Amino acid sequence: MLRLANAMLSFSATTGGTDGGRQIQNVSVGPVVAQLARFDDELPLACGRSLNGFELAFETYGAFNADRSNAVLVCHALNASHHVAGYYAEEPDNVGWWDNLIGPGKPLDTDRFFVIGVNNLGSCFGSTGPTSRDPATGRRWGSDFPIVTVEDWVDAQARLADRLGIAQFAAVMGGSLGGMQALAWGIRYPQRIRHALVIAAAPNLSAQNIAFNEVSRQAILSDPDYHGGHFDAHATKPRRGLRVARMIGHITYLSDHQMEHKFGRDLRDGLQYSFAPEFEIESYLRYQGEKFAEYYDANTYLRVTKALDYFDPALNTGGELARALEPATCGFLVVSFTTDWRFPPARSREIVGALVDRRRDVSYAEIAAPHGHDAFLLDNPQYHAIIRAYFARVLPPS
Amino acid sequence: MSAGPASSHGAQARAANGGGVGAELSNKAAGATGRNAAVARADFATIASWLAPGAQVLDLGCGDGSLLAYLKQAKAVRGYGIEIADEGVLASLANGINVLQSDLESGLAGFADASFDCVILSQTLQAMRHAEEIVTEMLRVGSEVIVTFPNFGHWSHRLQILRGRMPVSQSLPYQWFDTPNIHLCTVADFDAFLAERRYFVANRVVLSRGSPIRALPNLLGDLAVYRFRKSQHDGTRRPPNYAPAEDENPRDRPAATIGR
Repeated sequence: MLRLANAMLSFSATTGGTDGGRQIQNVSVGPVVAQLARFDDELPLACGRSLNGFELAFETYGAFNADRSNAVLVCHALNASHHVAGYYAEEPDNVGWWDNLIGPGKPLDTDRFFVIGVNNLGSCFGSTGPTSRDPATGRRWGSDFPIVTVEDWVDAQARLADRLGIAQFAAVMGGSLGGMQALAWGIRYPQRIRHALVIAAAPNLSAQNIAFNEVSRQAILSDPDYHGGHFDAHATKPRRGLRVARMIGHITYLSDHQMEHKFGRDLRDGLQYSFAPEFEIESYLRYQGEKFAEYYDANTYLRVTKALDYFDPALNTGGELARALEPATCGFLVVSFTTDWRFPPARSREIVGALVDRRRDVSYAEIAAPHGHDAFLLDNPQYHAIIRAYFARVLPPS
Repeated sequence: MSAGPASSHGAQARAANGGGVGAELSNKAAGATGRNAAVARADFATIASWLAPGAQVLDLGCGDGSLLAYLKQAKAVRGYGIEIADEGVLASLANGINVLQSDLESGLAGFADASFDCVILSQTLQAMRHAEEIVTEMLRVGSEVIVTFPNFGHWSHRLQILRGRMPVSQSLPYQWFDTPNIHLCTVADFDAFLAERRYFVANRVVLSRGSPIRALPNLLGDLAVYRFRKSQHDGTRRPPNYAPAEDENPRDRPAATIGR
């Protein structure tokens, strides 16, 4: 239980992993430093607009091998960041969100691989996004920042690969929305990626998924403090909307079973016959919402959920995923979790089926885990053993 | 026989089969799957001999992936293993094959008709609940099908039953209370099964201690290996690189005439 709680905190990215690093720090990559890469060339975007220069925040762990063939890009999901592993010297409790998987001797072994975590364009953790200043006006972008897509992110990541001198990634890896980026890498840059690890992902969002996202967006957009996205000028932020958005998200990340197991009908202090938080689950959701509203940007949340909604590689192939995946020649590992109802195993099997149809090298593991979508962030022995075994194939031990 | 004797998997299979039926037996098999990893994999070489180089293959119930790994080396086949057990999926990954975690009992949904040259079910049929259904599914997806199973008709099994005990042998290394094998059959049973459905049997090899035998296969054989398809001329597309196996039975007898 403690493990789940910690992982859920780490899901909340850069807010600090509390005591999650207690045992982990023994094999951690140790203190890490975030870096910033500035790109001055124009980046055309799917929406038709373009960015005249942008910055990407990133971190790296491990070292290049002699021929720079051991680079692994880790893509983040909805609200995470480039802080994937290790901790900050000045914030030892701020442990990377995938620290249980990535580090010396861990399933993605930083003694063998050069691992890169990157913050996506449009985020609020260091890369250019709505909270950055528009060079044309000198003001914060706010809601004037373009709506970016998974493909835009991948294009920006490719510029970072150029900068770091990586001609070809050994692997691109991600969970959830991060898995979609790994898939997009395979399609968009087939020559620059040898393997894609697509974890707890889907080939596109279902209507139900889009519906959840739309409710989250409406929570933010209808908050009077949103001010058309320029809340910054009013020295406020739409906290109420962000809280509700985060609460909705959290419900979908957990399985019904896990929520029952973790909270049940437990009460904090008996029945109060009021609308104050009485059940533990209410208290938990409110806490997560409060925390999130303080550190996350509303315009970023709106954009990231749109990127999720828009992702659909088969859109240009008449809905035929197999044809959409035709360009992708890399090896694939697809992983799903049995109780994930946000991106259920059937959605991963669609990806697998399309890859088999194209006779691509693909392996698929369906991990029995009770935790729902969040399982991809947790330390499940079979899951981690699968990732470890696959990375032995990515770069056979010498 | 062009199957690669250089392969370590093949060597293991041949060596492991040396024990033979009736040797001192363990009631525990290594694998958690229907396929018994502890028992000889004498069928590997026979299967390899029937596959054209570069054939597209599905291996159902692939266990630790050793058959596909062997076939990759021996015949450069391309394909996928399907396995339900966590440890099998993990071992298959380590063995370097493409493995898909899935339950065969729910069929081969997601695989298109006639999309593979050959679908293999090696020493798994006897452990399946839906034994008949999986054969139908294999014939839908594969131009050809290879099925292998331990022969329940072996004399040592018959002897043990005559003595009033459930058979335990190297090919059936389980006690009645812990066996995963729920659909055991004899060579004669499977002949009848194929004949009733008018499937066309391209090859049938019965092995005893890893070597093919011709006389009294249902009495002396411990492992049966069948290659069959829906019918001799069923319009199933043969792969462009199809080549008759070197030891293909020239008579290519229809199933109905095979020794009952």
